[in-house]
Amino acid sequence: MLLSIEHVRKAYPGQRPVLQDVSLALDHGETLALTGESGSGKSTLLNLAGALDAFDSGEITLDGKALSALDDTGRADLRRDRVALVFQQFNLIPSLTVGQNLAFHARLGGRLDKAWLSELSHRLGLADLHDRYPENLSGGQQQRVAIGRALAARPKLLLADEPTGNLDENASREVLDLMLELVRETGAALLLVTHSVEIANRLDRRAHLAGGKIT
Amino acid sequence: MIAPVVQALASHWRRHEVQLATLLIGIALATALWSAVQAINAEARASYARADAQLSVGQFDELHAPGGFIPLELYVKLRRAGWQVVAVLEGPFRVDDRTLRVIGVDLLSYPALPAISEARTGPEPLGLTEILTAPGRIFARPDLAPLLANHPELPPLIETTAVPPDLILTDIGVAEKLLSKRGQISRLVILPDQPAGLPPLADLAPELERVRPSEAVDTAQLANSFHLNLSAFGLLAFAVGLFIVHGTVGLAMAQRRGMFRTLRALGVPLALLIRMVLCELTAIALVGGFLGLVLGYFLAGALLPDVAATLRGLYGAPMEGHVVLRPLWVGAGLAMAVGGTLLASGQSMWRLSKLPLLDAPGLQAWRTGMTSPLRTAKYGGALIATGTATLMLGDGLAAGFVMLAGLLVGAALLLPALLALFLTGFERRANGPVAQWVWADMRAQLPGLSLALMALLLALATNIGVGTMVSSFRLTFIGWLDQRLTSELYLTARDDQQGAEIAEWLRPRSDAVLPIRRVELRHETGPLFLYGIVDDPTYRQNWPLIASAPDVWDRVAAGEAVLINEQLARRANLWTGDRLTIAPDWSLEIAGVYSDYGNPTGQALVAMQQFDLHVPGAPNRRFGIRTDPAKATELAQALRDRFDLPPQAVIHQAAIKAQSLEIFENTFVVTSALNILTLGISGFAILTSLLTLWTQRLPQVAPVWALGLTRAQLARLELLRSVLLAALTACLALPLGLILAWILLAIINVEAFGWRLPMHLFPFDWVVLLALTLLAAAVAAAIPALRLNRLPPSDLLRVFANER
Ligand SMILES: Nc1ncnc2c1ncn2[C@@H]1O[C@H](COP(=O)(O)OP(=O)(O)OP(=O)(O)O)[C@@H](O)[C@H]1O
Ligand SMILES: [Mg+2]
Repeated sequence: MLLSIEHVRKAYPGQRPVLQDVSLALDHGETLALTGESGSGKSTLLNLAGALDAFDSGEITLDGKALSALDDTGRADLRRDRVALVFQQFNLIPSLTVGQNLAFHARLGGRLDKAWLSELSHRLGLADLHDRYPENLSGGQQQRVAIGRALAARPKLLLADEPTGNLDENASREVLDLMLELVRETGAALLLVTHSVEIANRLDRRAHLAGGKIT
Repeated sequence: MIAPVVQALASHWRRHEVQLATLLIGIALATALWSAVQAINAEARASYARADAQLSVGQFDELHAPGGFIPLELYVKLRRAGWQVVAVLEGPFRVDDRTLRVIGVDLLSYPALPAISEARTGPEPLGLTEILTAPGRIFARPDLAPLLANHPELPPLIETTAVPPDLILTDIGVAEKLLSKRGQISRLVILPDQPAGLPPLADLAPELERVRPSEAVDTAQLANSFHLNLSAFGLLAFAVGLFIVHGTVGLAMAQRRGMFRTLRALGVPLALLIRMVLCELTAIALVGGFLGLVLGYFLAGALLPDVAATLRGLYGAPMEGHVVLRPLWVGAGLAMAVGGTLLASGQSMWRLSKLPLLDAPGLQAWRTGMTSPLRTAKYGGALIATGTATLMLGDGLAAGFVMLAGLLVGAALLLPALLALFLTGFERRANGPVAQWVWADMRAQLPGLSLALMALLLALATNIGVGTMVSSFRLTFIGWLDQRLTSELYLTARDDQQGAEIAEWLRPRSDAVLPIRRVELRHETGPLFLYGIVDDPTYRQNWPLIASAPDVWDRVAAGEAVLINEQLARRANLWTGDRLTIAPDWSLEIAGVYSDYGNPTGQALVAMQQFDLHVPGAPNRRFGIRTDPAKATELAQALRDRFDLPPQAVIHQAAIKAQSLEIFENTFVVTSALNILTLGISGFAILTSLLTLWTQRLPQVAPVWALGLTRAQLARLELLRSVLLAALTACLALPLGLILAWILLAIINVEAFGWRLPMHLFPFDWVVLLALTLLAAAVAAAIPALRLNRLPPSDLLRVFANER
């Protein structure tokens, strides 16, 4: 099992717990769609799985590592080496060019494969944009760079939180198609948060979050 | 409509107390330094004015008796002949543990009298007859009253603020008693408007020396240069403080964009909104300015004793050691605070006026408001070019200052582009992705930090420039003192006969006796003092020559050549190899030029035989005495005892040097205090800029954090970034500071005083300054770095969250 979430509970200070008792598992190469009402805690769960935030109880195991036992550095190592993340917005490092952004994660982990990077950038239609800065890209282009950066690092697990939430329908379909295609090719597992039933149906499995539990 | 708008505007400050505090501190610091310097200057000027008006210091010619007192008979003789001279008797006077100065004058004829009786601080004005008929009164400042009250043997005191501090002014008869010097006169002041057809003084009293005020160092001019220096510092500190205000107001405006938009959407007219914001800023500026005035008052009080000591020692300008609150000063300080705040807020106000009613708020919109570094750099280059051109085309002091201003402001404007260039270079060379990101990120941060970095550049360059000038001056001056004051003792005899006796007596008791004889001649460029010297190794080894021909001393000794001082050389444009016309029938080739700091007039040196031949009968009363330094004190005392000389007739060279050194130390204390304060303010400017940038920082660091860097790493990088930017700025400040020093030493000084100082470099000072700069930058970045280190992950995650 690549990712296993067991009886996880998470509450933000001064609020009712967002996640009460969540359990979920994801195998190598598997794709899973996470759906739920707005405010149901999808992003929160995804962030926990990505070792971005700490939880109150339960356990999350990622590629054999128990997250609750890790300190700040251990969690940073995990993010760098095993996981890749794509958020709804502000994924890119504003001060770096598109080309630098694309290579950044892979270089951080020391896994830059130039041929693969150039193939990715061509297939994502970014080849001509390498010298631009993120602020000069359209929303769809920005998200394609974020996906390219994530996959260039050949992560075992890709976590994507409504990566097309800010895009219109056409751009959204185009970006998601590309992402699914590339994810399948690289054999990465995918946990995708989405509102769209249509998209959810194209993935291997579906999980629905409501009332702090998976239903 | 106004009340709810005020409420909305004020609500921002309630929620951002730190921001409000920063703004107030910025305004207060700027106002404080500026007004402290102004207070010091005003105090000093008031002191000079008093001294000038009341004691005619440096206004009129005076008659001095070399080496002693003027006998009463001589005074009577001059008065009988029709000369309008005023007798002055002065001397130190001990009262308990303090040494005061007593000046006794003939009150009836003393020019200062009306001013003194007008300025009386007593209950009723003092009649002239009252003073004159009194059995003897003494005048002193009110602060001396308690001290003098303990001494019933003294004549009654009239308190007045019209006399300088630590001084008792009285009738010459009273002074005679107090100082136990009956029938003696220290000096005679020659009043202006003498009747026509008087017998020449040289016939009436050949033994008296006429001293022109210009012969002493021109106090006013030197003191003015010191004040100019202080004012420049004050203005610079003020400018640095405004950088803080600019940054903070910019942030407050950016954060309130949403509020402004809502207010306008709700029907508040733009003009009203702008007026309200202006009122708000003015109110804040008044509060900050008031705090600054309080701070400045205490700062001036703390610095003033040192400044007073410096001016008293260096320029002989009398000055008190405390600050008086002047209404004008308070008004000017508050005006500067309000004016400066509005000036610093100009950009933000302009943006507010252009704020579109409908537009997605966000970071991007705010960032595009910045001017590009390249455009700023073009303005900078143009300013430097204008400054240089002014200096090359025009000349004089004004051109020098135009050059200085152009260079400083221009260099500051060039800074962002230069830094960007460096950072791009480093980025190209960077190997790891993190290093690459750090450089790129620094470059991206530049626009927000450049104002603070410009302030730092100016502070550092001034620091280096003024520091180099003061230190060079000190080193040169001390070296020059060593060269010029080689003799261990300097002696002034009562008359030529006693001079000859003393020289005879000294010959077996010292290593050498060097006569110092001079006459005043005229050269087409002004007065020329001609000195005769004997051939002695003392001159050959020590005289500070800055240009010379071969065998210079042999040729001078042989009577073939003359030496001249730098002032004459520059004024008359005469250098080694040219001929100096000393008298219509006497000219000699110039064999060398020597430096002669602090002396405004031209000088020439010839061999004693030549001197005697051409100007016979010059007084022979002054001598330099070479002896074993350890025995100098003993010999001085022996001389005084043997020939009954007053103490000041035998001067110990070491004492002069020690005094000069002390004066310089005082100048240093003030200069470095201002230096440190300015540096501190620019450190604070960096801090506020970093805090201002904080909201923009999160979207920059959050992705990097999400990709696998820890917050601790990011915090360390944050520190490193600030230190690196400061270090780069410091590296650029070094050449700028040295150019500044060069302009001060080689252009401004030559124009203002007629001598050029060699420039010395003080690398150790630079190292200290660099360390201080890095420390300031690290301290400034510490707060944002700590904040980043402690930032909860959920705050970082909010950057990516959908709610944005
Ligand atoms: N950093 C945070 N601090 C405090 N509360 C938070 C934080 N992040 C999320 N919450 C709260 O936790 C709950 C779940 O939020 P979360 O973002 O996980 O929902 P979501 O399912 O992703 O919603 P959406 O579909 O709108 O993105 C919400 O009530 C939200 O207000
Ligand atoms: Mg969400």
